[in-house]
Amino acid sequence: MERSTVLIAMFAALIAALGLVPKFTLAFGVPITAQSLGVMLCGTVLGAKRGGAAALLFVVLALAGLPLLAGGRGGLGLLSGPSVGFIIGFPIAAFVTGWVMERVQSNVLTSSFIASFMGGVIALYIPGVIGMALILDKSLVAAFGLVSAFVIGDLVKVVICGFVTRAIYRAQPDKVLSRA
Amino acid sequence: MLTLTAPQKTIFHKISAGRKLLALCVVSTALFQIESLTVLACLTFAVIALYLSQGLSFAKFGARMLWPLWPFVLIIVLYHGITHDIAAGGEIILRMLIAVALANLVTMTTALNDMIDVLMGLLRPLNWIGISTKPVALTIALFIRFIPTLIERGITINAALRARSTGKSGWRIIVPLTLSVLNEAEHVANALRARGGVGTNEEG
Repeated sequence: MERSTVLIAMFAALIAALGLVPKFTLAFGVPITAQSLGVMLCGTVLGAKRGGAAALLFVVLALAGLPLLAGGRGGLGLLSGPSVGFIIGFPIAAFVTGWVMERVQSNVLTSSFIASFMGGVIALYIPGVIGMALILDKSLVAAFGLVSAFVIGDLVKVVICGFVTRAIYRAQPDKVLSRA
Repeated sequence: MLTLTAPQKTIFHKISAGRKLLALCVVSTALFQIESLTVLACLTFAVIALYLSQGLSFAKFGARMLWPLWPFVLIIVLYHGITHDIAAGGEIILRMLIAVALANLVTMTTALNDMIDVLMGLLRPLNWIGISTKPVALTIALFIRFIPTLIERGITINAALRARSTGKSGWRIIVPLTLSVLNEAEHVANALRARGGVGTNEEG
């Protein structure tokens, strides 16, 4: 119980800290931050329930007024803005990543790739695109067009998440709870 | 850095957090039913007046909070400029800006503690069915406590990597940072257990 509580709190703080890792700009000018990588790691390392709870905690406190999102954003305005679906999608993404991670019976690297893609890309972009389409009053296809440039950045993060998870598993296999 | 609340005290600070949130829910829901550009334009002026009524520096702070929306405003302007459907574009932009500005107004004038109190109040029914909300309060406290710690650790790891290599360190701090989190979590959990645990029952 204590261990879960502390891990949830600390991984939520890890998502926040990763939002501050200097931005990395892709060749054609799309900035990517490590924040959604933190969400993926919650799933691949902590598993569905704890990982989802950590991302939920992060999102709730960001909405409550902590400027935790990359770029120092936060507050209730996020729920009325075009990125609302991505905000709500964070805990869903972490949960799905963990859920898939717990079920794919492959080596850690491959499982992490699959899980973080299913969670951090598919499960994140579905609510993200729906939210953007609603707020900007555009079709789903047009909304996806607007965010499609960011998919490349997130695919890079899927790859990094796989290698990071494997490195953690090699160092301390008992700490990767999704595999415990 | 750890706040989005305005440095100035305003009359909105005196309204209870619960009431402000309830009002925000009602107003935001109503806002998305409005389909008239004239009404939305009037509301925009009303919101601007609301901000200005609390002083120019407060209004400037509010304007800065809206700034991250500029790419979306630009996209809508371009899209509707091409389709020659300016009125619809104006509605979308104004509705979004009003909704976000009003939500920001609540965030800017409500202390984080009050917001967390509302959250814990909403969770209270769980206590009635025998689920303790104490671990939730503890998790929130631990989370806030560890944000600056982890940021600082990230900076330290970054400095250590840079001292050993001339290459960029960006992504390479993630593995050591995550491992240090996993190890420290073990220590903190033991410390909590030694002090009586997280208190899953009412006696705690």
